[in-house]
Amino acid sequence: MPTTPAIEARRLVKRFGATTAVDAISFVVEPGTVVGLLGGNGAGKTTTIGMIMGLTVPSAGEVRALGVDMARDRYRALGRMNFESPYVDMPHRLTVRQNLRVFGRLYGVAGRERRIEALAADLALEPFLDRPSGSLSAGQKTRVALAKALINDPELLLLDEPTASLDPDTADWVRGRLEAFRRARGATILLASHNMAEVERLCGRVLMLKQGRIVDDGSPDALIARYGRNSLEEVFLDVARAPAGEGAL
Amino acid sequence: MSLLSAEMAFSPTRVGALVMRYLYLMRSSWPRLAELVYWPAVQMLTWGFLQTYIRAQAGASGVGGAMAVAGGTLIGSLLLWDTLFRCQLGFSVSFMEEMWARNIANLLISPLRPIEFVAALMTMSLIRMAIGLVPVTLMAFWFFGFNLWSLGLALVGFFLNLVLTAWAIGLAVSGLVLRNGLGAEGLAWSVLFFFMPFACVYYPVAALPAWLQTVAWCLPPTYVFEGLRAAVVGHTLRADLMGEALAINLVLIALGGAAFLALLDSARKAGSLLSMGE
Repeated sequence: MPTTPAIEARRLVKRFGATTAVDAISFVVEPGTVVGLLGGNGAGKTTTIGMIMGLTVPSAGEVRALGVDMARDRYRALGRMNFESPYVDMPHRLTVRQNLRVFGRLYGVAGRERRIEALAADLALEPFLDRPSGSLSAGQKTRVALAKALINDPELLLLDEPTASLDPDTADWVRGRLEAFRRARGATILLASHNMAEVERLCGRVLMLKQGRIVDDGSPDALIARYGRNSLEEVFLDVARAPAGEGAL
Repeated sequence: MSLLSAEMAFSPTRVGALVMRYLYLMRSSWPRLAELVYWPAVQMLTWGFLQTYIRAQAGASGVGGAMAVAGGTLIGSLLLWDTLFRCQLGFSVSFMEEMWARNIANLLISPLRPIEFVAALMTMSLIRMAIGLVPVTLMAFWFFGFNLWSLGLALVGFFLNLVLTAWAIGLAVSGLVLRNGLGAEGLAWSVLFFFMPFACVYYPVAALPAWLQTVAWCLPPTYVFEGLRAAVVGHTLRADLMGEALAINLVLIALGGAAFLALLDSARKAGSLLSMGE
């Protein structure tokens, strides 16, 4: 039986003036998979995620999330998806519990208090649940942002560098929680990162972006084998240092 | 659900969520609360003593007419101007709290519709205005014997029109901040003062040159302040002025709403919403 793709991008383009940030990319993300968007700074990862959420309007092409055209009809899908990024914050003066209550109501979560308690237990937020969000460490803030991203038990989770600025131990712990969430929920995760270890651990498939184009696509093992390298980091360096335009799919 | 109904669906729960967020913020900071009362109180005292002085001088020298009108309406004019200013500021500042907190993307990727966002900002503008101005109207009565509430039905017309003007301007200013970032935030504090000389807050429209009077009558607050002078000095309720102001306000609200949506759409096209913050 055919299933609706979690994400479907067709010839997606985003131009900012004379700069083409995303250059006619097409890809499909199947439900229940974890896919990495891997690329250097300015490769178009965040812009692509912005278009998938309907927060950025494409210059051309089409993107559908959970079967919904996000440029035209995004409110039909937004309640079933969520997003986390270290570059987007939550109100600092509100306590963690207050922030989660607000987002719980925004997403229409039934049994909000129970959901908050469950997330607090799962993500070890209990010791600081009633502290202002602005007073937390980077690792604690990331866990709170993750709790906000999971508050509506999303079918589709978009993560933009979720472990940036975290120490290796905390980053590893966060990855573990994401794996546990995906297994339990059967959710789809699209992860933008430049952290190779993170992508290798979490993603079954990697889309390699360079200058707004998808230059390769495959599982981490397949990519490593294809480039004759020992790690995804070496593959990344090969792609990053190749002349512009080479290898674009 | 059709495209149109998904776009237009209105949820009081989501509006309530955002109002709750602003009330949590207000509760967390007593200086924020105190500031709401501080400036209106300081201004009311300053202008109140000036009004007392002018009235005393006018009485002592037997001067009536313009001096008596000016002296009789200073506090009322100030309180109504502050209603307009505080209401617009309450709208715009609540919006900018999201920009300062770098929370705007979280809201815009949630199911919150723009109309719900605006409804929450309107609610907060009323709450912030009430917190700031109700105590000050009581102080005006206590210090100077000026009872704004005694204006009765006229006051309803004044408030309604000033609130609508404040929301129209708040919508346009918030849209500009959304599109241009916090570099445009100064507008929230300054834009109303551009209109102040033409809105004839402290003097009648007749005091302006003829060509500026036309400009003045395009601004709904002008009708309110003329109405106030008619109520306080002439003891007349000018329903005609309130009706005309309401008609202009409905046009301004429609324009403000359209500007907000157009600027939001423009920000989505510019791809700037994910990177907004301080």
